[in-house]
Amino acid sequence: MTQQQTEGGDVRLTGISKTYGSFKAVQPLDLTVPQGSFFALLGASGCGKTTTLRMIAGLEEATTGTISLGGRDITDLPPYKRPVNTVFQSYALFPHLDITENVAFGLRRRGIKSVKKQVDDMLDLVQLGDFAKRKPHQLSGGQQQRVAVARALINHPQVLLLDEPLGALDLKLRRQMQLELKRIQTEVGITFIHVTHDQEEAMTMADTVAVMNAGRVEQLGAPADLYENPKTTFVANFLGTSNLIEGEIAEAGEDILVGAGGMTLRLPAGRCQAPAARGGKLLLGVRPEKISLAHADDADSIAAGRNRVTGRIIDSSFIGVSTQYVVESPAGKALQVYEQNIERDTRLTPGAEVVLHWNPAHTFGLDAAQDIDAGVETVEDAT
Amino acid sequence: MTVTEAPPAPPTDPAELPVRKASTRKRLVPYWLLLPGILWLVVFFALPMVYQASTSVQTGSLEKGFEVTWHFQTYWDALSEYYPQFIRSLLYAGTATILCLLLGYPLAYLIAFKAGRWRNVVLVLVIAPFFTSFLIRTLAWKTILADGGAVVDVLNTLHVLDVTSWLGWTESNRVLATPMAVVCGLTYNFLPFMILPLYTSLERIDGRLHEAAGDLYATPATTFLKVTFPLSMPGVVSGTLLTFIPASGDYVNAELLGSTDTKMVGSVIQTQFLRVLDYPMAAALSFILMAVVLLMVTVYIRRSGTEDLV
Amino acid sequence: MPVLRWLRRHLIVIAGLLTLAYMILPNIVVMVFSFNKPNGRFNYAWQRFSLDAWTDPCGVADMCGSLSLSLQIATWATIGATALGTMIAFALVRYRFRARGAINSLIFLPMAMPEVVMAASLLTLFLNMGAQLGFWTVLIAHIMFCLSFVVTAVKARVMSMDPRLEEAARDLYAGPVQTFLRVTLPIAAPGIAAGALLAFALSFDDFIITNFNAGSTVTFPMFVWGSAQRGTPVQINVIGTAMFIIAVLVVVAGQLIANRRKNSARP
Repeated sequence: MTQQQTEGGDVRLTGISKTYGSFKAVQPLDLTVPQGSFFALLGASGCGKTTTLRMIAGLEEATTGTISLGGRDITDLPPYKRPVNTVFQSYALFPHLDITENVAFGLRRRGIKSVKKQVDDMLDLVQLGDFAKRKPHQLSGGQQQRVAVARALINHPQVLLLDEPLGALDLKLRRQMQLELKRIQTEVGITFIHVTHDQEEAMTMADTVAVMNAGRVEQLGAPADLYENPKTTFVANFLGTSNLIEGEIAEAGEDILVGAGGMTLRLPAGRCQAPAARGGKLLLGVRPEKISLAHADDADSIAAGRNRVTGRIIDSSFIGVSTQYVVESPAGKALQVYEQNIERDTRLTPGAEVVLHWNPAHTFGLDAAQDIDAGVETVEDAT
Repeated sequence: MTVTEAPPAPPTDPAELPVRKASTRKRLVPYWLLLPGILWLVVFFALPMVYQASTSVQTGSLEKGFEVTWHFQTYWDALSEYYPQFIRSLLYAGTATILCLLLGYPLAYLIAFKAGRWRNVVLVLVIAPFFTSFLIRTLAWKTILADGGAVVDVLNTLHVLDVTSWLGWTESNRVLATPMAVVCGLTYNFLPFMILPLYTSLERIDGRLHEAAGDLYATPATTFLKVTFPLSMPGVVSGTLLTFIPASGDYVNAELLGSTDTKMVGSVIQTQFLRVLDYPMAAALSFILMAVVLLMVTVYIRRSGTEDLV
Repeated sequence: MPVLRWLRRHLIVIAGLLTLAYMILPNIVVMVFSFNKPNGRFNYAWQRFSLDAWTDPCGVADMCGSLSLSLQIATWATIGATALGTMIAFALVRYRFRARGAINSLIFLPMAMPEVVMAASLLTLFLNMGAQLGFWTVLIAHIMFCLSFVVTAVKARVMSMDPRLEEAARDLYAGPVQTFLRVTLPIAAPGIAAGALLAFALSFDDFIITNFNAGSTVTFPMFVWGSAQRGTPVQINVIGTAMFIIAVLVVVAGQLIANRRKNSARP
């Protein structure tokens, strides 16, 4: 794909913001979504992701800023004049029209008379050919979801907006639809902008993810990049789980040495997002699956050069492919460790003294001025 | 294709961004929608109240014309002369309302929970009488309660009429032209206004709540008192209001089924306005009735804690 | 005792059916007495069976004229109140604006006011303006008191409508007019129909407000009222019975159509 074409269909938000009275739903933000990409806006409810999406659709007027599509300014166009279509949360299928008419709605509004062929083809694409004459309420959730996708896609929009399209489905169906949507996107090659609160969904489907929090984009990048190199505690905690250990910088060089709970941990300077100076505070992060667990009696067999933290198991839960341990340590109250169930050490039960060790290259450093618990899902959040 | 991170755009200073405001035309839409209907209510509902307030403090006669003289004496005269009709109106309307609730609740409950596939049939039977002029139906009660008719005979044989006569509800083996006939007519006429709101709020109750209450050691009676009835309160409140308010101003039942001893305040207003042509007196009477009803309704709504009736 | 136990178990059903009987009894009496041949001017006591009234329903002076007048007024009042009330209902549910509380009260008050009070005050206005009482004053009054009921009925429906449906329509290239005609109106239709039906019934059956503001014009309820003083012709019962039967038929037909639609939609 040449640079020319890529530029041709980009969605570009410049200084876009939304204010309701005194509440700032979206802080001024700049964002470019390249043509043909599967782009996810990820964040907890109320972070401004849906508002951003609705501004692109034209359903919400931006308080400031401009939106352009392929170089054309569409900020002031009403939704029915934008080459953009939306798959709504809970689908918003017209209850008084059958599936055919739901799918044909956009074509008919644009004055296209012979819609039958297109509608049939589109229903085949989403594998709903047999349901053309049914009413939406006679379809299952997954089928309704596919009708919503078909109804939007049949218009060949330049951009397809998906607002939590899988939120109403059960887990198994959601997995299936994630792959289905990804397949459709690859097939039609249209830019998808997908809003979701489910980090797994965003990472599975999107090739670029923007993590939003409190009306601004915290970090933007490819899923693996976001996961491995979070720049803020919010991203570290919201995307998967992170162990964050607060420490004091003992030595700053090519490798940074950090003292925490009487232990010294190593971190490559390239993976530190905060200015590192001797005596300064730093948050060290490491993902639970990167950590290995050894019983304290076997501490000597751990290879040199690895970061080590001693502690005691306070909880373990067996979940099939892995066992999840919670370890109490001077470095952190509840460190998470995921061990694959290959050879299970029967001594690793709650109460056991253990040593956690990992490759220093897997450590990342974050600015200690941030809230260490930002983005941690609590019981109230999980709905 | 490759995904590149958005090029670092120059940071935009929020203070410099031009702020978009919703267009004036868009902001005026609700006002245009409201205008004709609200204007109608202002001119033909609110304004007449003002005229009536002014009429009630006027003096004069039809021949010489009326003038505002701030003659509040009319209110006192209206009360001292017609207080029996006022009290009677509130008493009859109150009794009819309670009877409507007692009679209507089982039927609403029946439609909501017990009727099954008969639900729509029963609903139609409740609503259909609406479409026969209520005056014709009220006249039918003249036949039903007629002297020497089946109903009076049965009540006589059971000595019910002896009791009711002793209470002053009926007179010497007659039902027609007694308070009982008027209350019976009022109850009959306003029953659908009680049943429909009751049904609406009962129908919303999740049947599983009954099971949950039963599961938590509630007997059917306790379930009703602690779960069903409290949940149906919105229906009870709007039902009683929809019954009491029109019943208190009604004069059709009192005129058709009652006698001169059962006249309600509506009759008096009608007579003063359309026959005696004493407009100030009629206006004062109607204002007092309005004030009393509004006061009672306000207190009632406050106490029952249901304010979303509109 | 088994009988007592049976009674106790079915207490609610029995009480409900008794109430139903109480509500329907007058309709049965009206129906039966439409076949009566009374001796005097009043049709209150059963004499003998006759089809006279049914074969000559308009045989009473002025009755059918008043009936047609009532139907006309009810039709226009329904159209007026439904149009104005639907607009208000949409404004109340879908928009934010100033003075919402005052407007809500203005809509609630006519329903919380004894009819006779509205009737008397409206007459005061008409007298002060020197308006000619008749068809137009009655129509004005009917639209006024039906309006609030329409607002309530339509509002309930619009409130339960998902605003996303209209957004979806706009997203799918429907302009404001198309969105309203193709999506909003069809979905709000049951609520609007319920409001219109209620308005028609209220207007057609209204006596008190009409009696005050009609002048010498006579609507059907006023005719019945007058005949209660002068003598009740059997034809009144014929009209009452016919109205009852038509109403039941309309409702049953509506149900059947709705059922068939549901069935045909099933594959």
